[in-house]
Amino acid sequence: MTIGVLALQGDFEAHADLLAALGADARAVRTPEELSDLDGLVLPGGESTTMTLGIERERLAGPLRELIRSGTPTLATCAGLIVLDRQHLGILDVTTRRNAFGRQVRSFETQIDLAGMPGGPLCAVFIRAPWVEEAGPGVEVLAEVDGHPVAVRQANVLAVAFHPELTEDTRLHRWLLDSVSAPRARTAA
Amino acid sequence: MAEVKDTATFRVKAGLAEMLKGGVIMDVVTAEQARIAEAAGAVAVMALERVPADIRAAGGVARMADPTKIEEIQGAVTIPVMAKARIGHFAEAQVLEALEVDYVDESEVLTPADESNHIDKWAFNVPFVCGATNLGEALRRIAEGAAMIRTKGEAGTGNVVEAVRHMRAIQGEVRRLGSLDPAELPSAAKALQAPLDLVRMVVEKRGLPVVNFSAGGIATPADAALMMQLGAEGVFVGSGIFKSEDPERTANAIVEATTHFDDPARVAGASRDLGAAMAGIEIAALGDDGLIQTRGW
Repeated sequence: MTIGVLALQGDFEAHADLLAALGADARAVRTPEELSDLDGLVLPGGESTTMTLGIERERLAGPLRELIRSGTPTLATCAGLIVLDRQHLGILDVTTRRNAFGRQVRSFETQIDLAGMPGGPLCAVFIRAPWVEEAGPGVEVLAEVDGHPVAVRQANVLAVAFHPELTEDTRLHRWLLDSVSAPRARTAA
Repeated sequence: MAEVKDTATFRVKAGLAEMLKGGVIMDVVTAEQARIAEAAGAVAVMALERVPADIRAAGGVARMADPTKIEEIQGAVTIPVMAKARIGHFAEAQVLEALEVDYVDESEVLTPADESNHIDKWAFNVPFVCGATNLGEALRRIAEGAAMIRTKGEAGTGNVVEAVRHMRAIQGEVRRLGSLDPAELPSAAKALQAPLDLVRMVVEKRGLPVVNFSAGGIATPADAALMMQLGAEGVFVGSGIFKSEDPERTANAIVEATTHFDDPARVAGASRDLGAAMAGIEIAALGDDGLIQTRGW
C-alpha cells in the first residue's frame, strides 16, 4: 500500500515515519507525476502560504483535486486542512481561520475526544493552528476546542487542525490505512 | 469547552521548527521586504534592523531590532516572525517574548552581551533557535532549552564555505557517535562537553534531537541545495536575498531549490538568469577578529 505525502515543505517526514512504522510505503510527493498509483494521501503540517505557492508552482492543484475527488482516502493536518478549504483547493466545504489560536507563544497541547474514534482521548498538539470557522452540511465535525471545530470529516477526507504526527498516537494514520483497505464503497468528497 | 491547554511545552516549541522544515527563512529589515519574502514562499522571516552584511560593514555594537520595526513586520505577514537577541541578553529576549515573536534567535550576529553564559531558554514560553559550529555546541544550546539549531556558517559573507564546515562537523560527529560502544558514550560526552543524556539521544535518533537548519553564507539556489544534501533540514538566508540584484527572483529560486534540492535539473532551472548574487567575501580576508562564528561558548 502506497501513501503519498505532500513534501513541498513541512513535517512530511514525521508523517512518513509513522506510516512506515505502520507498514505502509510512504512516497514523498513534489510533482504531479509522483501522484500516480497512490492508495492514500497525506497533506502534512507546515506553512500553508508556502505550501499553496508550491502547489501553484508545481501545477499540483488539478491533479490533487482529481485524486481526492476520485475517493482516495486523505488525511490532512494543520496546514493541510487550510490547503483543502474553500479558499484553496476547494475540496472541503469549510472556511478556516489561519493562526486562529494566536501566535506561537499561545500554541498548546491538550487532550481531545474525537467522535467515533475508540481508545479514549488523544493528545492533540496545536501549533499556530487554524480552526474551522464555518462548515457546510456535508461536513461532520468530530471535535471542537473553545467551541470551534478542529477536526472534520467529509466523505474520504479527515482533516484536523492539530498534529497527530508529532505524538506517539497512530490512530488517525491507522484510520487512513484502514480506509484504504476497506471495500471501495467510498464516496468522494 | 474547558480543555486544559499546556502551552510552551518542549514539544510545542520544537514542533514549530518541524513545521518550518524544507523551507527558507529570510532576513528582512522592512515590512515591504517581509511581504516580498512571504510572496516568494519563505516559511518565516527574521526581523532585523540591518542584514548581517550591513552589520559587518557598519561595525559598532549590533543589538535587538526596534520593537516598532518588529511590529511592522508582524503586521505585514502571516508567516512566523523571528527576531534576534544578543547572546546572553535575556532582557532583550524578554522584550521579544512580550512582542510575541514566534521564535527568538539568540544570535552571534549581534554583539554578545555575556561572554560566559547563554540565555536560560527554559525560562521562556517563546522558543529559541541557536547557532552551532559543532555537535557539542549544538547540544549545549539544547541543554539550555533551544528548540531548534542552525549551523552558524559565517554570516554576511555570501560565502558558503563555513556553513559547509559546520554542517559537516555536526553530521560527522553524529556518525562517529553511532559507531561507538555504549560504554564509550560517557567519555564521548565529556569530550563534546555535552550532557550524556543528549549524547545518547543523538545516537538513538542518528541526528540532533531538534530540527537543524543551515545558515551563514547561503547566497544561491545551488548553495541551498548543497546544504540540504549535506543534511540541513532547511536554510536561513540572510544577506543573500536582499543584497542580490533581483531579490524577488532570488528568493523564489532559493525556495524552489530547497524543495527540489536532490533534483539537479530543477536546481539548474531555478539558478537561471537571476542576475548578480551578493558580492561575497573571502573568509581569510576577515582575519580572526572579523569572524562572527567564534562568538558563543
